[in-house]
Amino acid sequence: MSSRDKILAAVKQNQPALQALPDVTPLVDTFPSSAEKFAETLAAIGGKAYEIQNITEIPVILGERDASTRVINLVDGLTIANAETQVGDIDPHTLENVDLAIIKAHFAVAENGAVWVTSDLLQQRALPFITQHLAVVINYDDVVGTMHQAYNRIADLDYDWAAFIAGPSKTADIEQSLVIGAHGARSMSVFILKQV
Amino acid sequence: MTVGLFIPCYVDQFYPNAAIATLQLLEKLGVDVVYPKNQTCCGQPMANSGFEHLTGGCNKLFLENFSGFDYIVAPSGSCVLHINEHLHDDADPEAAHAVAHKVWELTSFLTDVLKVKELDASFPHKVGVHQSCHGQRGLHLSSMTETVCAEFSKPGSLLNMVKDIEIIPLNRADECCGFGGTFCVAEEAVSSKMGKDRVADHLIHGAEYITGADMSCLMHMEGILHRQGSNVKVLHIAEILNGGEHLQ
Amino acid sequence: MNLATKDHAELAEQFNKDENRVDWHDETLWWIRQKRDKAAHNIPDWEMLRETASQIKNNVLGNIHQYLLDFEAQAQENGITIHWAADAAEHNQIILGLLQDMGINRMVKSKSMLTEECHLNDFLAAHGIETIDSDLGERIVQLAKEPPSHIVLPCIHKKKEEIGELFHEHLGTPAGNSDPQFLAETARQHLRETFLTRRAALTGVNFAIAETGEFVVCTNEGNADMGAHLADIHIASMGFEKIIPERKHLGVFLRLLTRSATGQPITTYSSHFKKPRKGQQMHIVIVDNGRTAQLGREDFRNSLKCIRCAACMNTCPVYRRSGGHSYHTAIAGPIGSILAPNLDMEKYSDLPFASTLCGSCSNVCPVKIDIHQQLYKWRQVIVQKGYAPAAKKMAMQGMTFMLSNPSVYRAGGKMGRLALKYVPFAVNNGMNPWYKHRDMPNPPKQSFGEWYEKNRGGKK
Repeated sequence: MSSRDKILAAVKQNQPALQALPDVTPLVDTFPSSAEKFAETLAAIGGKAYEIQNITEIPVILGERDASTRVINLVDGLTIANAETQVGDIDPHTLENVDLAIIKAHFAVAENGAVWVTSDLLQQRALPFITQHLAVVINYDDVVGTMHQAYNRIADLDYDWAAFIAGPSKTADIEQSLVIGAHGARSMSVFILKQV
Repeated sequence: MTVGLFIPCYVDQFYPNAAIATLQLLEKLGVDVVYPKNQTCCGQPMANSGFEHLTGGCNKLFLENFSGFDYIVAPSGSCVLHINEHLHDDADPEAAHAVAHKVWELTSFLTDVLKVKELDASFPHKVGVHQSCHGQRGLHLSSMTETVCAEFSKPGSLLNMVKDIEIIPLNRADECCGFGGTFCVAEEAVSSKMGKDRVADHLIHGAEYITGADMSCLMHMEGILHRQGSNVKVLHIAEILNGGEHLQ
Repeated sequence: MNLATKDHAELAEQFNKDENRVDWHDETLWWIRQKRDKAAHNIPDWEMLRETASQIKNNVLGNIHQYLLDFEAQAQENGITIHWAADAAEHNQIILGLLQDMGINRMVKSKSMLTEECHLNDFLAAHGIETIDSDLGERIVQLAKEPPSHIVLPCIHKKKEEIGELFHEHLGTPAGNSDPQFLAETARQHLRETFLTRRAALTGVNFAIAETGEFVVCTNEGNADMGAHLADIHIASMGFEKIIPERKHLGVFLRLLTRSATGQPITTYSSHFKKPRKGQQMHIVIVDNGRTAQLGREDFRNSLKCIRCAACMNTCPVYRRSGGHSYHTAIAGPIGSILAPNLDMEKYSDLPFASTLCGSCSNVCPVKIDIHQQLYKWRQVIVQKGYAPAAKKMAMQGMTFMLSNPSVYRAGGKMGRLALKYVPFAVNNGMNPWYKHRDMPNPPKQSFGEWYEKNRGGKK
């Protein structure tokens, strides 16, 4: 008898009587779903939010960059000087020296400042982590209030890999002193595009 | 109304004033109080130490002494909680269950059954209120800082009826004092450190008295206060609500 | 520190020799508990959220056989290889086998308490495989050659000066530098090299979804992802109880987990792994190691609902004042004390007694495990199995005799009061543990029973 069989048999024998699953719907609408609320929460967790009317504002806000710093721009319609736009077929280890990655996210969650990304938006899963700085573009109307609404929206979407990313990487492991910038991105900026 | 008075073993032996005050207070509120003299202990010290199987004798005695009453009142949250949850009799489980649920901790009896709205008592002192864990988290005598709910306190609302009393704030409103039954000697280092910290919270806020619904916690804190040479005294809440007359 | 022969009380006593340090440890963890409170109070539905999570986990326990089959089928369809390990040894062996098959002798790991439970690092080291823990707190205790003391904050017991010294010794930082920013930056550079060069990455599993075969890994540092997305093989270790039924249930658990753990609304990264990267292998090792036994214990199976948030540790006044190492087991504190006796009842017979049963743990548990009630029940089981110390057994039998006999009780009480009054040194001495830091109560002139007899005429 394999371990699998042994474990499953023991589980079947020992598990208690079935109790029904609860209804999750009463929890759904309990947090304001505005972009403003999202921006507020993001700031509280160490990220920066910018409300913009046009995608061309992004390079202006990002400012002048040294031409030697490596930028990956995966946002259609956005032009960033000296940026690479195709990294899907390379060895992810070679992204080691990326200074800034600009990506789209599907939507944001106001209660915790997170954005939802799937691997098809990223070309490389490692990108949002290995980059020193992360910038994300979302649409003003693509903000939900709570995680329940987030998962309702995600529904049964098929993805290879996905993540909620809430602000820059951080740690407080050294005597509870909060340090922004652990192993993932050191900073995260979210551009909230409100097209008039 | 007649109630059976149930007095915790250590209150009977070491803190009779708390029991006297409980009795006098109930009588003042129009209750006829009877103290069955053959009572001893609820059995909690054994049960909490893993020896619940030895509490048959205590259960039997409790049922013998208290079965006849409609209400049984005790000045102790932990003893009442223990009885509520663990009193049983294999010979007559339903009867034991019925008796177990007629036992009331004093402050909840005053607020929920007698529905006391005013007290003839004055206590012009700074008082720290210790929220004993079993009464608070077990019997819901007051709201807990961990849970998200409306604030309330049965002991607190009764103390607020006492004239000239000043209830001091605390840094940690409901942290355990560290008594914990045999824990107080089995894990002496942590127990006394917890007690010391609890006492310190009251002291830095200027308490002259520390009160609560459980004499066990107060006994533990008193032991630390005395060791420190402090003038701060402990008093069971019954003694304050009773007007403190027997203290003169 | 030789933890082998000491129990919680002895280890806690040692911990308490440095009172200032105890205060520091206690206040740090209390502060985290307060952050948790603040986060909870910001969610008006918090208690409903806990109840919902609790019910979901109750459902899981009653249907876990089917959920495991569903999860396995889905994950396999997604290209993930599933392994089953009956115990710690088998778990370790499976991982060794996977690494050896690929000719790998260096691995990077993100936080997994299960691997602590299985002592994976030591096992792999004995077989010539180096494992680097990439979570900063875990890396610190790894350098210190200690186990983590807290399941979320591994080095909460270490002061920054001590960490600075460790980094100076092992990573070449300047002596005397204890600035957290500087030390964290050093760790970032040091571990970045690890992520970029290790072909194997091991992570834990926070949640495994039966419906879709995906699993979620939550970190603030991004270390799980840095390892996994750069490795040729990603191995995920999970206890089988980490299963949840549907993807949408993540909404409930991800709202509760980090708020309960640190007071943050969510970890920086909640990474959903569904399929391996192209050209990458992904493996999940599903582990029993005593969990099926716990599942079969009616009074204790609810401990398997645990989502490893450590809120119970942060709120526990005993944990805060004794430290995680005093529990001499991988998972400490209240939850550890109801899990460990199932693994080895004799070795961990002290843990359920390392508590005053204050009940705070049960109140902060996001999945409403009745922790303090289980602590009480474990005490009964442990005593029945014969693991109570002989002296305690005798004392309890003596107490039972006295308290079951009214006249003996009254006489005994009177003798105690007389002893305290007339021969206090018989009680107030080094043999009396109470007396170490507390005075005994003053003996009153009469008991209440005696007063009642005199003043109420022995009314019955």
